[in-house]
Amino acid sequence: MDSIQSLIKDLADQHGRNRESLLPVIQGLVKREKYLSEYSMVEIAREMDIPAAEVFGTATFYSFLETKPAGKYIIRVCKTITCSMKGKNQLLFAIQDMLKINVGETTPDKRFTLLETNCLGWCHKAPAILINDEVYTEVTPEKIREILTGYMKENI
Amino acid sequence: MNDNKKQLRIALRNCGFINPEIIDDYISRDGYMALGKCLTEHTPEETIKEIKDSGLRGRGGGGFPTGLKWEITRKSESDQKYVVCNADEGDPGAFMDRSILEGDPHSVIEAMAICGYCIGADKGLVYIRAEYPLAIERLQIALSQAREYGLLGENIFRSGFNFDIEIRFGAGAFVCGEETALIHSMEGLRGEPTFKPPFPSVSGYLGKPTNVNNVETFANIPAILNKGAAWFSSIGTEKSKGTKVFALAGKINNVGLIEVPMGTTLREVIYEIGGGIRDGKKFKSVQTGGPSGGCLTTDFLDTPIDYDNLIDAGSMMGSGGMIVMDEDDCMVAIAKFYLEFTLEESCGKCSPCRIGNKRLHEILDKITSGRGEFQDIERLQLLSQVIKDTSLCGLGQTSPNPVLSTIANFEDEYLAHVNEGKCPAGQCKALLKYEIIEDLCTGCTLCFRNCPVGAISGERRQPHYIDQSLCIKCGVCYEKCKFNAITLS
Ligand SMILES: Cc1cc2nc3c(=O)[nH]c(=O)nc-3n(C[C@H](O)[C@H](O)[C@H](O)COP(=O)(O)O)c2cc1C
Ligand code: SF4
Ligand code: SF4
Ligand code: FES
Repeated sequence: MDSIQSLIKDLADQHGRNRESLLPVIQGLVKREKYLSEYSMVEIAREMDIPAAEVFGTATFYSFLETKPAGKYIIRVCKTITCSMKGKNQLLFAIQDMLKINVGETTPDKRFTLLETNCLGWCHKAPAILINDEVYTEVTPEKIREILTGYMKENI
Repeated sequence: MNDNKKQLRIALRNCGFINPEIIDDYISRDGYMALGKCLTEHTPEETIKEIKDSGLRGRGGGGFPTGLKWEITRKSESDQKYVVCNADEGDPGAFMDRSILEGDPHSVIEAMAICGYCIGADKGLVYIRAEYPLAIERLQIALSQAREYGLLGENIFRSGFNFDIEIRFGAGAFVCGEETALIHSMEGLRGEPTFKPPFPSVSGYLGKPTNVNNVETFANIPAILNKGAAWFSSIGTEKSKGTKVFALAGKINNVGLIEVPMGTTLREVIYEIGGGIRDGKKFKSVQTGGPSGGCLTTDFLDTPIDYDNLIDAGSMMGSGGMIVMDEDDCMVAIAKFYLEFTLEESCGKCSPCRIGNKRLHEILDKITSGRGEFQDIERLQLLSQVIKDTSLCGLGQTSPNPVLSTIANFEDEYLAHVNEGKCPAGQCKALLKYEIIEDLCTGCTLCFRNCPVGAISGERRQPHYIDQSLCIKCGVCYEKCKFNAITLS
């Protein structure tokens, strides 16, 4: 059994193998692996006895379940109305400039993936971003450079 | 946010006053007292009657009477029922539910247990969006503390009543806030809405009767039971009782959460509590109800805010986000913005919403880029009506509201775009023109060196010139010029 298979088995043991356990299992896998590969989908289908097409259909509905390889840190920049009114574009430019990637791309060292997302519920402290499970608010271009430098210093 | 005489905290009664990670803090402020009293002194029917008498209506947007919903779910016969808390808050501009879960998670847990007792359910589920990591963590801590204290689990308050709560996580789909979609998502399916009836109260999670309520709705319950229905219904307007939490954002001085009695006017909210418009600018509009709502103008500043008045004014309560716009915001662009959101978040199941909103967006895009024609305004209105009438779920049925309400209240702005090719607020880039005023230009070449596309030409110490066909309207030259020689028209 490879590591993906055993992870999926553990998750299914923990959450169950009913249809209503599908999302918790997928979410557990994405938390560890950052994204859901075709291989993972097939293995989940096998383990839970659900057609692979159904696993694919369900997973691709949700924007937080990445199906493309993603970096260690997923940066999600809020692009909704208040953040847009308060400098989200400048922020995005600063990130793109610093990481040399566009929205939807991952840095070659697999450290950062840059995505846009909808309202994060921090509109009163716009602009807001989410890096993995960490929320940052009132992020200026200067502040984001500092934040990203911090992440860059961490070991992979 | 400043506390102000106009404010009254019921749903937010504990937020900021207790440590949400310590259950004793909650208990010391009458926490779990309502649950204890219900379980030991009152029948479910009595409790439901109290909620009905209080006049509480759902805070998730629809405004359905909460007591009535509980009664319907109670009367649905089944071996298993569920209580669901909708914490998928996704309306742009809304963060009430996040703040309640982060600041007072036990109030929601207590209310869900009371609801379980009333409808005859022993299982609760909280569906919370993945974008809220801190709220998730606080809720998890609160759940384990409640179990430790025997306030969840078996034989609560030695009454023979069992109840426990499980957390389910969203995965970044706005439409999952719609209750049938939310239930399908919890069932492990795509989060697509289905036709109602049957309502979840009759057939919900796994086909069983399911009572779905919003976070803020739940947070009101313990306070109502502790202080009585008469107290609660004495606050508010005739048909909307109690208070509402609003999230203020946008061009306003004091941003953040406020809680005011129903019936407070927009003027009080914006000027007295919100401290007026930032930078002394002029108020233009306030957007309520997120992508389902509309934009209200100065004409509505003195309208008492409640469910029915907002609908009459062409907007809606929604979940309580209020985004304030000033004179610099273009209302056509705002409508387009909301449409962009809807387009992305539409589940795509039914064609009026999937295709209709796309067409609406295209027309708005055409108008904001200066290619609009007079007939487009009528096209927008016609198509909007069709989408509203024929979409399957609330998302599609309300998605044209931002378009319709901006046309109704700011038709002059639409007309300026289509007739004169002008954006009065100066926001629509395609309609702007950067030009160099010859008399003021010293020929310093600064703009020439900074233009990213080489649209500027001219000899040193001679007036420069912008080639409009090359200019991408980035505004760099405008910012750089030290002699105010560049104008925007
Ligand atoms: C597109 C759409 C999104 C919704 N999003 C939410 C939401 O984020 N939170 C919420 O409580 N209700 C949301 N609702 C309303 C729910 O369907 C449902 O009416 C509500 O959760 C019932 O709770 P209440 O009676 O306490 O308001 C949404 C409805 C629609 C149509
Ligand atoms: S109205 Fe829109 S969101 Fe609702 S079911 Fe139809 S396509 Fe999906
Ligand atoms: S607005 Fe930008 S692109 Fe246009 S002339 Fe000025 S610097 Fe060049
Ligand atoms: S609009 Fe960005 S956090 Fe709400």
